[in-house]
Amino acid sequence: MAHRQPQIDLSPKVSDEVRKTTCYMCACRCGINVHMKDGRVAYIEGNRDHPVNKGVLCAKGSAGIMQVNAPSRLRAPLRRVGPRGSGEFEEITWDEALDLAVSWLEPIRKTAPEKLAFFTGRDQSQSFTSFWAQNFGTPNYAAHGGFCSVNMAAAGIYTMGGAFWEFGQPDWDHTKLFILFGVAEDHDSNPIKMGIGKIKARGAKVVGVNPIRTGYNAVADDWVGITPGTDGLLILSLIHVLMKAGKIDLDYLARYTNAPCLVIDNPGAADHGLLLRDDAGKTLVIDRANGEPMPFDRPGVRPDLGATYEVGGRTYRTVMAHMADKYLDPAYAPEAVADRCGVPAGKIRALAAEIARVAFDEAITLNQSWTDFRGETHATMTGRPVSFHAMRGISAHANGFQTARALHVLQILLGTVEVPGGFRFKPPYPKPPEAHPKPHCKSQPNAALNGPHLGFVHGPADLALKDDGSPARIDKAFTWENPMSAHGLMHMVISNAHSGDPYRIDTLFLYMANMSWNSSMNTRGVIDMLTDTDANGDYVIPRIIYSDAYSSEMVAYADLILPDTTYLERHDCISLLDRPICEADAAADAIRWPVVEPDRDVRGFQTVLVQLANRLKLPGFTDDAGQPKYEDYADYMIRHERRPGVGPLAGWRGNGDGEGRGAPNPDQLDRYIENGGFWVGHVPDGALYYKPWNTAYQDWAVQIGLYDAPLPYLFNLWCEPLRRFQLAAEGHGDRQPPDHLRARIKAAFDPLPIWYDTAPDNHGAEFTVTALTQRPMAMYHSWGTQNAWLRQIHGHNPLYVPTKIMREAGLEDGDWARVTSPHGAITVPVLEMAALNGNTVWTWNAIGKRKGAWALDEGAPEATKGFLLNHLIHELLPAKGDGLRWANSDPITGQAAWFDLKVRIERAEAPAESQPAFPPITSPVGKGPKDLKWKLGT
Amino acid sequence: MTLLPDRTEKKLGLVIDLDTCVGCHACVVSCKGWNTENYGAPLSDQDPYGADPSGTFLNRVHSYEVQPETGPAQLIHFPKSCLHCDDAPCATVCPTGASYKRVEDGIVLVNEADCIGCGLCAWACPYGAREMDAAEKVMKKCTLCVDRIYNDNLPEEDRVPACVRTCPSGARHFGDLGDPDSDVSQLVAARGGMDLMPELGTKPVNKYLPPRPKDGLDRDIDVLAPWLAPVAEDPKGFLGWLDRALGKIDGKTTGGR
Repeated sequence: MAHRQPQIDLSPKVSDEVRKTTCYMCACRCGINVHMKDGRVAYIEGNRDHPVNKGVLCAKGSAGIMQVNAPSRLRAPLRRVGPRGSGEFEEITWDEALDLAVSWLEPIRKTAPEKLAFFTGRDQSQSFTSFWAQNFGTPNYAAHGGFCSVNMAAAGIYTMGGAFWEFGQPDWDHTKLFILFGVAEDHDSNPIKMGIGKIKARGAKVVGVNPIRTGYNAVADDWVGITPGTDGLLILSLIHVLMKAGKIDLDYLARYTNAPCLVIDNPGAADHGLLLRDDAGKTLVIDRANGEPMPFDRPGVRPDLGATYEVGGRTYRTVMAHMADKYLDPAYAPEAVADRCGVPAGKIRALAAEIARVAFDEAITLNQSWTDFRGETHATMTGRPVSFHAMRGISAHANGFQTARALHVLQILLGTVEVPGGFRFKPPYPKPPEAHPKPHCKSQPNAALNGPHLGFVHGPADLALKDDGSPARIDKAFTWENPMSAHGLMHMVISNAHSGDPYRIDTLFLYMANMSWNSSMNTRGVIDMLTDTDANGDYVIPRIIYSDAYSSEMVAYADLILPDTTYLERHDCISLLDRPICEADAAADAIRWPVVEPDRDVRGFQTVLVQLANRLKLPGFTDDAGQPKYEDYADYMIRHERRPGVGPLAGWRGNGDGEGRGAPNPDQLDRYIENGGFWVGHVPDGALYYKPWNTAYQDWAVQIGLYDAPLPYLFNLWCEPLRRFQLAAEGHGDRQPPDHLRARIKAAFDPLPIWYDTAPDNHGAEFTVTALTQRPMAMYHSWGTQNAWLRQIHGHNPLYVPTKIMREAGLEDGDWARVTSPHGAITVPVLEMAALNGNTVWTWNAIGKRKGAWALDEGAPEATKGFLLNHLIHELLPAKGDGLRWANSDPITGQAAWFDLKVRIERAEAPAESQPAFPPITSPVGKGPKDLKWKLGT
Repeated sequence: MTLLPDRTEKKLGLVIDLDTCVGCHACVVSCKGWNTENYGAPLSDQDPYGADPSGTFLNRVHSYEVQPETGPAQLIHFPKSCLHCDDAPCATVCPTGASYKRVEDGIVLVNEADCIGCGLCAWACPYGAREMDAAEKVMKKCTLCVDRIYNDNLPEEDRVPACVRTCPSGARHFGDLGDPDSDVSQLVAARGGMDLMPELGTKPVNKYLPPRPKDGLDRDIDVLAPWLAPVAEDPKGFLGWLDRALGKIDGKTTGGR
């Protein structure tokens, strides 16, 4: 047959209209162009103008269309009619739902507001939900950070005023060596891929430090297949080698960190180990010009890193000298840590040498003058082009806070934070720990809480304790068990509420948190707690309200369901007051707006909170006469002012030209929509680097309302708040820890980063293999339904087992293995993987689903072969025989130690399905269709 | 038997960088979305919420473990779609002329009106790049987004295949591989771009850039060792070095003091 070509239309109409909003398929919050046909969503692509994704979009984002048409979407408010866990509900009207909620909440508020526990999981409106909880008056509010990455965030804030991800990013355009620690294909998603792409395009180097070589680690030029939980030890060894070789940035350390600050040497006294300060509270350094102590910020002072100061018969030494004492110890030599880390000593040295070579021999200089906070003008900006990024992998251990501190300290020693080629903060960061709120917990009937719930403690005085010393919060955040729990401890709420420790609650109110399944440790136990009844047959946790857009496993365990919209049907703001989307070069915020109207009786959860607040007449939401201030969430976004002139959205304030500051503008949302759904305010050229010390940046930050006065500060190599807790544990001060916690606080709260082994607490001698999870890039943070397109990519989650263990256990691909931890056992399918640390197994998290949830068929592989490691993990550590049960959490922040899980593996006969198997729950939404031909155009 | 054109005016195709592809499947789903809504029949899904879901995808990412002779195992992400071969066996095998290669740009397409769903082309394609749509019973394949790349209704910068536009790591490149001066040809030349299974004689237009050599850090330690020459063995020696080193810094001019 001769060649012939038909005529085809090369310029078909793409869509009727493009509506630009913000994605919510994960926590990246990319800009999206939603192509509409006949008023419906036809196609989603990235928004090229958007600061986060600049046009690209991940698999989840493009699959958003399958989120809107998902059969698992809830349809109307639901009231439980069967027993908890049955999934039996009746649909009710919104008036009935709100009346019911108010009938539960109003008496609580009038008598004991703390009996409401309000926790919001994957909430992207925390400045709003916390404002609601604060005005309700309960101290019991947090989001999911405590079981996610609070160690990374808190360690970053306390050490240098910001951490990775939302706080800052590598200088992708200048970095020459990028080292990634413990990033499980996630946080943040598209910006890391874009950054790696930029680095690769110019032939710069990527090193991945991770037990698992997938995703970003698969493209890393060098892979360090570290044993889980030993990252801190590896980092301290790098610090040892670099300090010993003098490969640290002395000029930077002297000027911008507390390395030259003098440490009080007064053994046995209440100030031993704190920093020496003048009467004004300024830390003191020795000026190299005259050898005299001077406040650190005195104009012209040249701080001496190695000085000693002798007065009153005492010798005060610098933080740098203390660091030399600690880190030059041969215990941190590569040869001493190699076996424990599972990394050869030669590789550790090679990594240190490469860091040193790039930082110091490939330093870069930008011809940009700037003036520091001491008034000194610098003609250029010097950069050390080594950058780091890390996330949950190093955070979710009981040594995660100190490990994350160690990584921040390593960056600072290299002088690579806030310099060209290094790590750069994103507005509103940098922000010193002192500029954050402290936790507030004073609750009283019929009144708002005395301030924001979450914050940063600086010593025992800031703990959330009642007058009798007992925990003020249901999750025991900010107590001696975990004093610096900046994000709360959502993972402890249900078990504490069930045991009535520290007190009983009445209503548990949850949003977007699958606590009866993949978001809880000890899933079976949590299910039992949610359904447990007392002697009268009443539920031990009396009432549960839950909001979700989908038929998740958690729905079945609530008494009242408030169905949410999808992200394409709602107003939202991605606010500078919250977890913003800024870039290192710019402040930015964004909105979501209803690009389609819901086709069912659902409401955006934030609007429902406004409606509840109005019915409850909460202060902050109603005026003195009890009249509502806000009609809905969109109205709040426009008109709420957190401080005079500063509201949820920074763009187009006042008459439309206000950036950051200005009166509410009724047309603000229209301006956002016209601009593609976001606002960007660029950092001036002279303010792009050295932000914590750069007067131009500080002045700009004040101008746009990030702070109200310049806040220059020093980076905290020595972390004084930690030392204050140690002093308390040593017996100083009025607020004293219980005796059983003294030794742990003395050991863990070292003011300089340390490493300790978490394996013994998890019976590591008997259970020698670490079991990890990661979420696949195509599903990371992807709550909501089991998406029809994405589940074809990731519908199975075998346990990946390294070659050595496969051989030892006589396993072959497709076999089943019994995986046992100190807490429990699961039986699951296995697959061999060679690019894996030899003592580590892993699986994709949250692929396993409960039968009856998510409108999936009961035979779906997610429900038959899928599984959760959560069954192996308990919120408490195995008993130690001391009569106490210790939390499976970081002792400093309370971060859930998911990745300390130790197991052993044996071959098992293939069961009919993964074990443990759970009975199905009744689906409140039925099942999905058998075929899908989704096309709106002709 | 369908004949191929003697030559094509351009050889439009993709260059896929295996050194950079992180295996995120962004291209897979963007492709699914665009091609469900555009050229020809939608890419349907069977049993999408059931026990054995399957659907039509024009582009899939496979991951392979590789064990080099020395060094740790590696994982390579390998996106695969139609390679728009110069000698496309899928076209020549077509009994109706439905499969054809465009003269203008070399894109291999299926004219769905003429496709009888016999599946011969999928059998002939050595790359497994064609998928029969189970709902429509027509053969589906990568169109190189022929309805995007010339589309006057799209801004010029968006006239690239959906997979290229969306790729977060920039691992996918689009252009004329028949023009030795094009960006894609230059990239192929610079990075040693390769044909997939060249021994089959299909002359694929698409090229793959191989992963760069990995895990060289340990091997370079002798070269790197000078950067770790100790300045001190103990804290006292370290403080002495500190003093000397700071003395040098003090002598340096650092701006407008």
